[in-house]
Order: sequence, then structure tokens, then C-alpha cells
Amino acid sequence: MRTIEVIKGGAFSTVQDMGRYGYQRYGVPVSGALDQFALRVGNMLLGNEEGDAGLETTFLGPTLRFHFDATIAITGGDLSPFLDGQAIPGWTTVSVPGGSTLSFKGPKDGIRSYVCVRGGIDVPVVMGSRSTFTRSRFGGFHGRALATGDMVPVADPDSGSPQPTERSLASQDVPRYGRHHTLHVTMGPQDDAFTTDGIDTFLASEFTVTPMFDRMGNRLDGPVIQHKKGADIISDGTTRGAVQVPGSGKPIVLLADCGTTGGYTKIATVISTDLPRMAQAQPGDTVVFRAVSLEEAHRALREQEAVIASLSR
Amino acid sequence: MSQYPRFLPVGDKALCIELGDSISEATNRWVHGLSREIGSLGARGVLEVVPTYRSLVVYYDPQSISYADLTSRIREMEGPLGEGEAVAARLVEIPTLYGGEYGPDIGDVAEHNGISEAEVIEIHSSADYLVYMMGFLPGFPYLGGMSERIATPRLKTPRSAIPAGSVAIAERQTGIYPVESPGGWRLIGRTPISLFDPGREPPVEIEPGDYLRFVQVDESEYVDVQSRMRAGTYALVMHQMGRTQ
Repeated sequence: MRTIEVIKGGAFSTVQDMGRYGYQRYGVPVSGALDQFALRVGNMLLGNEEGDAGLETTFLGPTLRFHFDATIAITGGDLSPFLDGQAIPGWTTVSVPGGSTLSFKGPKDGIRSYVCVRGGIDVPVVMGSRSTFTRSRFGGFHGRALATGDMVPVADPDSGSPQPTERSLASQDVPRYGRHHTLHVTMGPQDDAFTTDGIDTFLASEFTVTPMFDRMGNRLDGPVIQHKKGADIISDGTTRGAVQVPGSGKPIVLLADCGTTGGYTKIATVISTDLPRMAQAQPGDTVVFRAVSLEEAHRALREQEAVIASLSR
Repeated sequence: MSQYPRFLPVGDKALCIELGDSISEATNRWVHGLSREIGSLGARGVLEVVPTYRSLVVYYDPQSISYADLTSRIREMEGPLGEGEAVAARLVEIPTLYGGEYGPDIGDVAEHNGISEAEVIEIHSSADYLVYMMGFLPGFPYLGGMSERIATPRLKTPRSAIPAGSVAIAERQTGIYPVESPGGWRLIGRTPISLFDPGREPPVEIEPGDYLRFVQVDESEYVDVQSRMRAGTYALVMHQMGRTQ
């Protein structure tokens, strides 16, 4: 059996893929990897489908024993991965002989690391996705974070996929997350609900990531962003990346597990290519927002897609 | 000329189309009509459409369709389907066991409004409620159309666990808890209908844009529907409402 035994679950390790589309109209969040770039690159390096499921680990990673000869790629934040006591690099394929143990010694850069395995994590598909949505307890591994004793199944690689060779992401393409994050945003959809001062405050101030951060979103602290009349709107659709400003005037950046609808004004939306930076931020990190046009956001996206496409084989 | 529809980019992978700035059945029917039309366009790169009270969000893949192409395709089709020209709606019956242990707050609702429990049931089950949208919890319907005569404030201290299927009132809204969850709404009854089941395809029994009617059942009918629901042999009782308007 191609299984990974969970020796320790770590702070919060879940199975995630590229998310669950088509069910938001029923109130089902998209979920999926918070750092989609990392998951996709990991899968591409391994010759997997880019949307195959991997393990998203948080802050203190898990300890995992591989019960088969595996090839893995660890991407995203650098949580100091070790294989049988030996440090291993990220953003590259690593051979893991059966019986080896993967562990993490703690975060060096970023807080979410992706353990991608050749073949992909093989849990049942729920509503078109293998992603875990812990709040409603479905998807992923029994709808919950991994815990000691779990045996996580890994699929056989496609028979047509090439034999694994050692492959790495070019070093100039490897993200460095740091502790200070510049997030580019497109304004709106409700930027007209804010005063000119409010918009200036949003775009010219530094905000701090608070301890209230999870897969739903990151609450930020900083100067109050002023509304014209109030923070409440008739509930409408909410998307990952939306910067919600409730009555407190303190922004919340929504992430993959956010509700599908919400009743707070959204001043701006973080562009897709910068969203991984928010997912890799930890309490105490600082954040500034910079407005770009939709065209600039799409250009950044094309550039990133070209990096990912260059990894296909 | 109306300022609606109003097209707003929502980041680089979604588009919001606002059709009004208030909660009304006419606007919401327009939302659901347009939502279905966009869904049936089958346009390459359109991932999904999420209807809400007075707007909808269209998720798209900018690698497959540009924002300009997407908006112009929707503008072209939005012409004939104007406000109020909604498509036919379904009326779905929700068998409900009122009061007792299934609806422990029905006495509070009666007392707050100075009426009897029987009148609460009579009022609650005699209206047709529009499912304006779903959200908050998977499968949770936001319903409109409840009489003010049974409006009741939320509990001061929310319950830590409300059973799935609970039919409840908060202020001037009524709703159904699709899954067990904490909450402060007043519980007046329970339906054996499983509103959300992640293992079922589709996972929901009702759709945004449907109308719901609560139909009072007794305990034996409740148990009967519940066992058929679990066996997968229960079919919702539905009526076609025809073209509204």
C-alpha cells in the first residue's frame, strides 16, 4: 500500500487541492490550497496533474513516515524539512525510500508548506474536490486535520507519466516571503462606500497581521479605514482575496475557506499572484496595499502562468 | 436609463453584476434568471455563477476569457431578459413538525407576539418563502416573506448546538439549519428533510430561486419522511409556479 503514516499531525495539516468550484451558490466555500502557486509547482515538478491533492502544513509541520518508495516535492514556506534527520531542500524533487521519516524543525520563511507526492494524495472526491473543509467536516481526510495514527493513501502515478527525474524550480522563480508584504490590489467592488480619506488610509498605511488568522482569512490591525455611511451592505458574493472592512474599520483579507457571501463592504481585492504572500504571513508581519489596474493584475497572472507552464513536460 | 445592470470587477478572476440596491422579489427573480442564463451560455472560462439578493458574482478564468469579452457577452444576452421577466419557479414543500422538543421556542414566539402557538403555526405555514440566496452555512437558505406577526428577537444566549433541520425565527427572518451548528435563532420546529449532504450529488435539495412552503406534519409523518429520506426514497413534493409576474 502506498501510504503515509502520520506520526504527529503538526499544528494544522490538511489535504488540499485547487478547490471546489460549482457549489458556492449553495453556500459551499471553494477551499483548496491557500498558496496555489506552491501546490501547483510541487505537482508540476513531480509530473502530477497540477491540481492533484497535497498536504498543506502550517507553522509547525507534521512528522510523516512513508511506507513506500516515494518521490516528493516540498514547496511554499520553508519550515525546515528534514528527512531521517538530514535537511532537505524545498522546491525540488526528493527521493524518499520506504520507511523514511519526514519532519520539520520550524518556520524560517513563510508559515505554510506543501508536501506534494508523486501520484497525489488519494482521498475521496467530495463535490469535485479532495480539499478539506474542516469547519463543515467534509472533504480531505475524513473532513479534518491530520492526527497521529492516520494512514494517508497516495495514488499510483499515471502509467503514462514519465519516470521521476530530479527537477527544481529555477531559483529566480522561488518566492521569498519575508515578514513585510506588499500586496497589490484592484480596487472595489465597494470602494465607493469609503471616503477619500478612507481610501488614502488604506493605500498609504502599514497594517499588522494579528493572531486572528486562519484558512478563512487574516485580520489586520492598523489605522481605521473610514466609511462614508456604514460598513453594512446587502449580503453579496465574497471571494478569496477580498479585503473586507467591517464597522471597526480594520481590514480582513479573505482566504480560501471564506464564506461564499457576506454583508460587509469590500474596499479592494488582492490580486491572485500576491495572495500566496498573505497565506504565508504570520502575526506581527506588516502589510501594505498598492492599487493596480485589472490589466496589470492580468499581466502578472500571465507571467506567473508562464513560469508554471514552463515546468510541464 | 437605469443604472443597472452595473458591472464591477472583483479582483482578477471574478465579476460582480449588480441589478439593484434593495431586497425585492422582482430584483431577486431577475438575479436568478440572469444567473441561469449565464450558466447556460456555456462560455469557455466561466467557472461558476453565485446569485445573491440583488447581484451575482461570475467566476472566470482570465486565461480563457478576457474581462471585456465576458462583460460584452453578458451585456448582449442581458437585453431580452429584463427585470421581472423571471423564469418559472418551483414551490417546494417542507414537512415540518412544529413545537414540542423539536421547536422548544415556539412558546416564546407566541408570547412575544401575544398570540397562541397554533396561530404561530398557522401564520408560519401559510406563506410561500422565496429562497433569495444560500450562504452562511452550506445549504442555508436566506428566506424572504415572513409575516411580522411572528417576528421575534434572537435568543440572548445562543445555543452551542442546534440540530440539523431546525426551523427557526430571528427578527423578521425565518430559516432552516441545514447542518448542526451553534446559533441564536428561536427554534419553532424541525423538518426531516436533509437540506445538505456533502456525499449527495447535488448536495442540496433546494435551489436558490425556489419558493418554500412549510407544511405541518405530526410525529408519525415526520418519522416516516425521515426514514424514507435516509433510505434515499423520499422525493420532495414540488409544484411548478409558472411564470411569476
